Amino acid sequence: MKLTLKIWRQKNADTKGKLVDYQIDGIDGDMSFLEMLDVLNGQLINKGEEPVAFDHDCREGICGSCSLFINGEAHGPDRLVTTCQLHMRMFKDGDTIHIEPFRATAFPVIKDLVVDRGSFDRVQHAGGFISVNTSGKTVDANTIPVNKHDADMSFMAATCIGCGACVASCKNSSAMLFVSAKVSQFALLPQGKIEATERVLNMVKQMDEEGFGNCTNTGACEVECPKGISLENIARMNREYLSATFKG
Amino acid sequence: MSGIFNSSIGRKFAMALSAFFLMIFLLQHFAINILSVFSPEAFNNTSHFMGTFWIVQYIFQPILILGVIFHFVMGMVLEVRNRNARKIAYAKNNGNANSTWMSRNMIYTGGAILLFLGLHFYDFWLPEINTKYIQGDMSGLLPDGNYRYFEELQHKFVDVWRVALYCLAFVFLSLHLLHGFSSAFQSVGANNKYTRGLKGFGKAYAIIIPLGFIFIALYHHFNY
Repeated sequence: MKLTLKIWRQKNADTKGKLVDYQIDGIDGDMSFLEMLDVLNGQLINKGEEPVAFDHDCREGICGSCSLFINGEAHGPDRLVTTCQLHMRMFKDGDTIHIEPFRATAFPVIKDLVVDRGSFDRVQHAGGFISVNTSGKTVDANTIPVNKHDADMSFMAATCIGCGACVASCKNSSAMLFVSAKVSQFALLPQGKIEATERVLNMVKQMDEEGFGNCTNTGACEVECPKGISLENIARMNREYLSATFKG
Repeated sequence: MSGIFNSSIGRKFAMALSAFFLMIFLLQHFAINILSVFSPEAFNNTSHFMGTFWIVQYIFQPILILGVIFHFVMGMVLEVRNRNARKIAYAKNNGNANSTWMSRNMIYTGGAILLFLGLHFYDFWLPEINTKYIQGDMSGLLPDGNYRYFEELQHKFVDVWRVALYCLAFVFLSLHLLHGFSSAFQSVGANNKYTRGLKGFGKAYAIIIPLGFIFIALYHHFNY
């Protein structure tokens, strides 16, 4: 497969970037997208050029490290997969592929396709946890009854890997799907109810301070999310937030 | 509580509340206007009641105007904030792959409706204010002793260009409502087993009500 790649190159956070064209040949349909970039980088290094910087870690779709906005969609044209699980068979010989970093004011570009998603970490630190007594009398979570529906919904919310595809896809760069998943996974369980009020207020406050946009319910985040996190979580967070606010 | 409207969720909630209010008003407006097709007398009587009853005039009308202003101002505020949240646009963004055109262009369909409201106020609201509160004529009567409302309505739809503008505006209203109706429910936290039905109802509302207004404009244009 022969491809033309239009890749965003940016030296560092302080310089302006631009799309640079690359030609690449011999790409197999069974390669992953990141393997294709590895091939490109091998060629660039052999030519003495700077390789393209991009985030990756597990390459199994569970760490949330890889990002990339490919042909106008976060994680590319396939559904329910991260970029590392995207295969080149999704493209045709002769295709031109646009590769850009996830764009949001809250995700500043560090270099090329690598963005700083530390804003997600700060939102998590603001309330994405439960306080558990670990003094030796810790109660086994399995001894606390949880109804099946709530347990399933909580688990589904907890599958969010925090990759940022929701922010990248949203026309407003809203982080509501990510934050709502993190709020929901605790709000649905008895262990999370104790700090529920502070959690949602603090996490939303931090989300707003990071400069993410306002959700306008386009639903793009849900479609592009590699883990299929549902918009129901955003509705739940809205209820949690309004309830916490009116409670005072 | 005091800071609710300074938060992203609080602003969404406020937008949704004003949207609910405007959608209820729209239904009431349509219910009165459609009377003009079936019974000019009923339309005249209802219009006179609405135009002279003090609760409608001095309480509901100011609330309505404030509601409209709030909805548009908050919409603009959100748009500016959202644009600031992504200062560098994507070179290629395939929005059609994950969202509807209506959901991505609420600010433009809303802007078109705002322009239409300017025309609508010029056509109906300003002459009403002039007749009732400047000239002091609260009778609602023509010199021949009949109510003036139905005749005024018919006169407005003689001009084909005005009818065309009204029809175009109602198309934008429909596009705005096709996303706005279900979006308002999501914003107040309503996403449950009834959501699918609610979305269907919202689509019916978003098509039937504007189509009804178009029908009324065309009916009077061709029957005058």
